Amino acid sequence: MATPQTLEQFQQKCAAVLRPGLRKNKELERFRVSVKNGNALAADGPRGPKPRHAFSKRNIFIYGTLFVVAVYYLLPLYVMVVTSLKGMPEIRLGNIFSPPMEITFEPWVKAWATACTGLNCDGLSRGFWNSVRITVPSVILSIAIASVNGYALANWRFKGSELFFTILIVGAFIPYQVMLYPIVIILREIGLYGSLSGLVVVHSIFGMPILTLLFRNYFASLPEELFKAARVDGAGFWSIYLRIMVPMSVPIFVVAVILQITGIWNDFLFGVVYTRPDTYPMTVQLNNIVNSVQGVKEYNVNMAATLLTGLVPLIVYFISGKLFVRGIAAGAVKG
Amino acid sequence: MRHFTMSSAARRPSRLFRNFSAKIASVPMILTALVVFVGGTLWTVLYSFTNSRLLPRLNFVGLDQYERLWATPRWLVSIENLAIYGILSLIFSLVIGFVLAALLDQKIRFEDTLRTIFLYPFALSFVVTGVVWQWLLNPDFGVQAVVRSLGWESFAFDPLYNSSIVIYGVLIAALWQGTGFVMCLMLAGLRGIDEDIWKAARVDGIPAWRTYLFIVLPMMRPVLVTTLVIIAAGIVKVYDLVVAQTSGGPGIASEVPAKYVYDYMFFAQNLGQGFAASTMMLLSVAIVIVPWAYLEFGRRR
Amino acid sequence: MSATANPSVSIQDLTLNFGIVPVLQSLDLDIAEGEFIVLLGPSGCGKSTLLNCIAGLLDISDGRIFIKGKNVTWEEPKDRGIGMVFQSYALYPQMSVEKNLSFGLKVAGTPKAEIDKRIARAAEILQIEQLLQRKPAALSGGQRQRVAIGRALVRDVDVFLFDEPLSNLDAKLRSELRVEIKRLHQRLANTMIYVTHDQIEAMTLADRIAVMRGGVIQQLDEPQAIYNRPVNRFVAGFIGSPGMNFIEGGLEESGGDWRFGSGDLKVPLSTYVFDQQPVAGPAVFGMRPEHIGLNSGSGWPFSAKVTVDVVEPMGSDTLVWVRLGAQSLSVRVPSERAPKTGSQVEIGFDPMRASLFGEDGNRL
Repeated sequence: MATPQTLEQFQQKCAAVLRPGLRKNKELERFRVSVKNGNALAADGPRGPKPRHAFSKRNIFIYGTLFVVAVYYLLPLYVMVVTSLKGMPEIRLGNIFSPPMEITFEPWVKAWATACTGLNCDGLSRGFWNSVRITVPSVILSIAIASVNGYALANWRFKGSELFFTILIVGAFIPYQVMLYPIVIILREIGLYGSLSGLVVVHSIFGMPILTLLFRNYFASLPEELFKAARVDGAGFWSIYLRIMVPMSVPIFVVAVILQITGIWNDFLFGVVYTRPDTYPMTVQLNNIVNSVQGVKEYNVNMAATLLTGLVPLIVYFISGKLFVRGIAAGAVKG
Repeated sequence: MRHFTMSSAARRPSRLFRNFSAKIASVPMILTALVVFVGGTLWTVLYSFTNSRLLPRLNFVGLDQYERLWATPRWLVSIENLAIYGILSLIFSLVIGFVLAALLDQKIRFEDTLRTIFLYPFALSFVVTGVVWQWLLNPDFGVQAVVRSLGWESFAFDPLYNSSIVIYGVLIAALWQGTGFVMCLMLAGLRGIDEDIWKAARVDGIPAWRTYLFIVLPMMRPVLVTTLVIIAAGIVKVYDLVVAQTSGGPGIASEVPAKYVYDYMFFAQNLGQGFAASTMMLLSVAIVIVPWAYLEFGRRR
Repeated sequence: MSATANPSVSIQDLTLNFGIVPVLQSLDLDIAEGEFIVLLGPSGCGKSTLLNCIAGLLDISDGRIFIKGKNVTWEEPKDRGIGMVFQSYALYPQMSVEKNLSFGLKVAGTPKAEIDKRIARAAEILQIEQLLQRKPAALSGGQRQRVAIGRALVRDVDVFLFDEPLSNLDAKLRSELRVEIKRLHQRLANTMIYVTHDQIEAMTLADRIAVMRGGVIQQLDEPQAIYNRPVNRFVAGFIGSPGMNFIEGGLEESGGDWRFGSGDLKVPLSTYVFDQQPVAGPAVFGMRPEHIGLNSGSGWPFSAKVTVDVVEPMGSDTLVWVRLGAQSLSVRVPSERAPKTGSQVEIGFDPMRASLFGEDGNRL
């Protein structure tokens, strides 16, 4: 063991060697400790933060793999964009990955305004507005119904409520094809078959299981004592829902809106079954434009139409970012 | 006692009016559950035993529709396609999804950007996906043409024009659309694992891949099972992708059951066939779901 | 209505089952006007459930509940004349403190001037005037609980219900608010029913304590009576910290005098006041650590020389574990008089302060 005197000397020596101002005290302290412990030699070993290699084998593997995969995921989007900006002659000659030599927006204009879908030739615009007229009321109606359901299931359970909920969740797994025709009959009976309102009802029905689950789980996770306090305060079913629960649940409503906008906008099956050609949603129209057998295939118009159809969900996706992820993860993992 | 229960009113005058607002508010849910889900399903199953053609008629013919169904080549091709597509997309989306999630979980930079890239196809509709991949796999302009123009003249990759491999072309598009979602679920599962597990494994000197395979993966069982069920339920419903990408062609090579149902119900005006086919779809889902539901929920009781 | 002449809250034959599980079993409880009663027990004993039944937040399976002489068994919570304070405060997070306080009054359609008057009074009593415009998230735990109490206060009710109101607070704040609740009770003189698992809160606040277990009230009495004369072994063990010493043994008679025996240990019971006629047989002898003297001179009806086993300093007091025959006993002594581990000491106690329990666990 070093005597105090030698320790003092060591320190002075050390202080002289140390780069000025760099964690002087800390290093001295550590040195002092190691000297006290009687292994002054350890001071020659590794010290400070462990060096990291930016280009370690592991990192090259990880980033390399991720980069290749990212390219695979981005390629179709890239091809869509460049194809939609080329003229048909250039498409016939060149390859699909090469950037356009001459940028033209004509395919976009044509896809939007004059592309033919079977009988009429007024482009995707009709489908776009149909989709808007379907999506907006469907989102509002389905969320309104499902959130009240979830609230009733979480806070006001009554005899049989759990049974109906179980049927609802099981129903989410039944292939839609099984219920397609019975719904045709129901809609015909109430006079909504072929109308946009009918499709809104269908979307509200099929959105109900997942949304109800989402809201029920969320409301059940809120402190039960809040609900009790509101009851002692004299608030009833609707005033607790509107004045306590809804203001506390903005995030879950946002998640539900995102989920519903993308889901309903992207629907094809219900659109094709429950609407008529003049009320077809955008996805059905896109399919009809691209896969129509008559005429010459105009790939650039097709790609422009595809991009136009994908635009709304993509915008929602890029704006909502993490909320979108959280929504699908929450909706799925908990289910 | 976690939920506040309002049931079992002891000596209340009327049970019906207890909790009346909640009952009124639940009417849409009750109607949906009973009329559409239960009623609709029973109706379809019932009418699958009739010879309904243009309109549903209660003229029972026993199992005739099912016999005819299983004698139709198109249905057999559909089932075969669904089996190949289903098994492969289950395996590939789970494996790719998990590997991507594990890679993203390495505290890497640009994680948000990469996740955004992997997930954006999931925001797109199947119709958009199908159309894009139809274009990419076009033998005259797409991947095949590009590779050939690079000098490899004999290169052949035209799944959409080759009956024997067309279903793999659909599979590629489906994986592009859906694996990002599986990755997200897996990532959520990985993030849910206790940090201390990793510390313990590190102290014990267990390599990362072993920790993933033998410790983390078994711990993620609930997430895996849910993911599996979600993918499986989606597989049976696959319809719009095929319609947009191949229209079932070439010939009937890429037909799927959902398309069979739609075509017989709304084009061929043979409702009975459509009902029988959709009942078979229901049966196949039940085969997947019932054991799962039993394992997940049955044991708890 | 029996025990109390004119009870503020009266619970008669109350039974509650969740499915087939009985939670409360034909329970009777009369609470006098202005009384502070504490429902005390371990978690799962049914104390919070009982409170929720009184509040009307749970529908009961059988029995009746009276508040101020009115049968409220089927009334909605808001019509029962109660105010309630919750463990998690249960403040509405999106409303300011003022809105939180006024919400119930607005729902009830109280005139604006009256609402303002009541809020001003409650804020003055609880000293939260400067917090009125804040949101709950901007308050500390103690402030939140004050607001929660305020919400019960503005309702201007006869009965206050507290559901473990201090359990979420740290030790220091808890003792502060405890004093404040006591002060509030002295000022308002309302009936208060207070649920807790903390015996200090129960002892300090209560006029009477109801110790509960398994949905049944074990003992309902004043704090001192519960502490000194627990009716059964459960109450004896639950009340008091550090816990009562228990010695398993038997009751025996020798020459007309009763004594307690456990192995070689014989404790004469000449000073013990029996609740019931003693019979020879198995029994448990209970003695609180603070009722045992250590090296405190002669004159104890019972004394023995023992060895110190373990010493646990607790600050002002020290708990000394000694071996008495085959038994381990804890003795509570002031810290400055704590002996060393392994030393020989003399302990002594008066069986008058002991509690004897029979085979069925009831007090003898």
